[in-house]
Amino acid sequence: MTEPARRGFSRSREPAWLKWLLIGIVYLIVVVLIIVPLLQVFSIALSAGWNAFVQKALVDPDSLHAMWMTFVVSSISVTINIFFGVALAWAVARFQFPGRTLLISMVDLPFAISPVAVGLMFMLLFGRQGFFGSTLEEWGIEIVFSTPGLILATTFVTLPFIARELIPVMEAIGPDEELAAITLGASGWQMFWLVTIPNIRWALLYGVILCTARAMGEFGAVSVLSGKIAGSTETMPLRVDKLFHEHDEPGAFAVASILTLFALMTLIAKAALEHWVLASIKKPDADEL
Amino acid sequence: MSIRVEQVTKRFGAFTALDRLTVEAKGGELLALLGPSGSGKTTLLRIIAGLEHADEGVVRYEEEDVTGTHPRQRGVGFVFQHYALFRHMTVFDNIGFGMRIRKESRQVITQRVRELLHLVRLEGLENRFPAQLSGGQRQRVALARALAVQPKVLLLDEPFGALDAKVRQELRQWLRQLHDEVPITTIFVTHDQEEAFEVADRVVVMKSGRIEQVGSPQEVFDHPANPFVMDFLGHVNVFHGRVHDGKMVAGGIEFNAPENSANAPNATAYVRPHDVDLTRIPESTESIRVKILQINPAGAVARVRCYSEEFGITLQIDLSRDRYLALKPVAGEELFASPRHARIFSPKEDYSI
Repeated sequence: MTEPARRGFSRSREPAWLKWLLIGIVYLIVVVLIIVPLLQVFSIALSAGWNAFVQKALVDPDSLHAMWMTFVVSSISVTINIFFGVALAWAVARFQFPGRTLLISMVDLPFAISPVAVGLMFMLLFGRQGFFGSTLEEWGIEIVFSTPGLILATTFVTLPFIARELIPVMEAIGPDEELAAITLGASGWQMFWLVTIPNIRWALLYGVILCTARAMGEFGAVSVLSGKIAGSTETMPLRVDKLFHEHDEPGAFAVASILTLFALMTLIAKAALEHWVLASIKKPDADEL
Repeated sequence: MSIRVEQVTKRFGAFTALDRLTVEAKGGELLALLGPSGSGKTTLLRIIAGLEHADEGVVRYEEEDVTGTHPRQRGVGFVFQHYALFRHMTVFDNIGFGMRIRKESRQVITQRVRELLHLVRLEGLENRFPAQLSGGQRQRVALARALAVQPKVLLLDEPFGALDAKVRQELRQWLRQLHDEVPITTIFVTHDQEEAFEVADRVVVMKSGRIEQVGSPQEVFDHPANPFVMDFLGHVNVFHGRVHDGKMVAGGIEFNAPENSANAPNATAYVRPHDVDLTRIPESTESIRVKILQINPAGAVARVRCYSEEFGITLQIDLSRDRYLALKPVAGEELFASPRHARIFSPKEDYSI
């Protein structure tokens, strides 16, 4: 525990009480804002007993379907974002082109816009009265109040995660290894799979984990576009919201606890990955030089 | 295989990196591209490799026009300044990469990697990762990797630039030996004239996207074509004066101007630090009275800095060890400096006046 004091400010100048006060405040905030609500979710979910919990969360067909929808929507959104993120990071890190800086700041836009506004935006574009609405209806494509709408909204909201992880990594690595592969006779694909991907794999995986966590929890944009049809376009966060408003508290908290469990799993995966990568970086010590 | 670059121009926006430049590397030759940063030497190397496209001009390997050929098909070995080793691969896999791409059998790859590890003196390190190697070892792996695909030409971009002085010195000599053993046409870029002179068969001195001089190290050093080359190749003492009747006159001293020199109202004499002698009594009427400012005797030569009131300039003089010990100058002392040899340049436009 002496580590934090040694970094930054010298220990002698900071009185001990201040240090412990600040650390105490941080712990208090963490406990009040994170630990207590988290435990609360699980305790209310289980308040009606284990059987009721299983019934509400794992047997109820609408809850099961919501789980399935969350899986479908987040896995497709994350897949789209992997392609988009890699392509964008590549373009931005390897090439100079007009509008490059603008593109980089545009990537952050989904972070800045409220998800509800995103939902309304898509509604105005693809809804029946929307800009593309009549064309889409002619072609028989449904976006609003159906799965594609949910995927679209989720993809938009989680757009920055993977690209943001990859851009600094690809910029730091630089193009030389890729160029070396080309001069050694590699084709574009060979270069990509043998050199680029192995170099960015940890950053990519990290981005995927964050993106997945965010995609599973997405509520605002999805809530506007889904129409909340139970057993059809309801994802887990929407299901929680609906059950809560129907005064089915144990049901709402049961589904919420499952969702929380998923989130905790991604968090553990992220921590494990960080631990693993750190260990693999530290291992090669330059001995016998 | 010979490499010819003909009338190549390359611009980056408003900046002209290469300006209608023509140069040739003969087959089996070790050619150095020497110049300050921004002279276009790296751009030229990258155009030869195909990593950069020339706006105008032609690149030929032997007689074949390869200007539009993809770098993959050019058969070049390129070594980057910062090694560019594949960081997630072992030394073995790095060196074997090109052969793996060419779908060579495992046996052939193993055999050839062994040979190359021997050639670059890195046996026993095949299972290391680049992060576990020193800078010098990394650069040798990069060289082995480039040689593994049996390139027709080897291109080295500031290959020793990121290494410390001692390792750099060793690797230079080693590169020269390697080239004698494996005589592939090699072009390397450097900003270090010592490096270029020590390693190369011929040196191309570049400035602002143009060639200033091409020649053997001896030719370039002894007969610099112009003031830029003279200045770039090491410290020079500069005297301003005029050319009159075959003599360059600067203040109270006279230098022999090159034969057939026309009279010129302003000319410059360049004198290398080792071409100035220092004595207690004037050697001749042309000796310059100087005041010693600073002496640095640590090194192969003693470096003396002194000030000439007559010319208003600071002179740099390199004394041999013996000369220094015989003279034992001290700072603050007044001595006499005698330039023994100078190169005279008079601006071309002044000839017409």
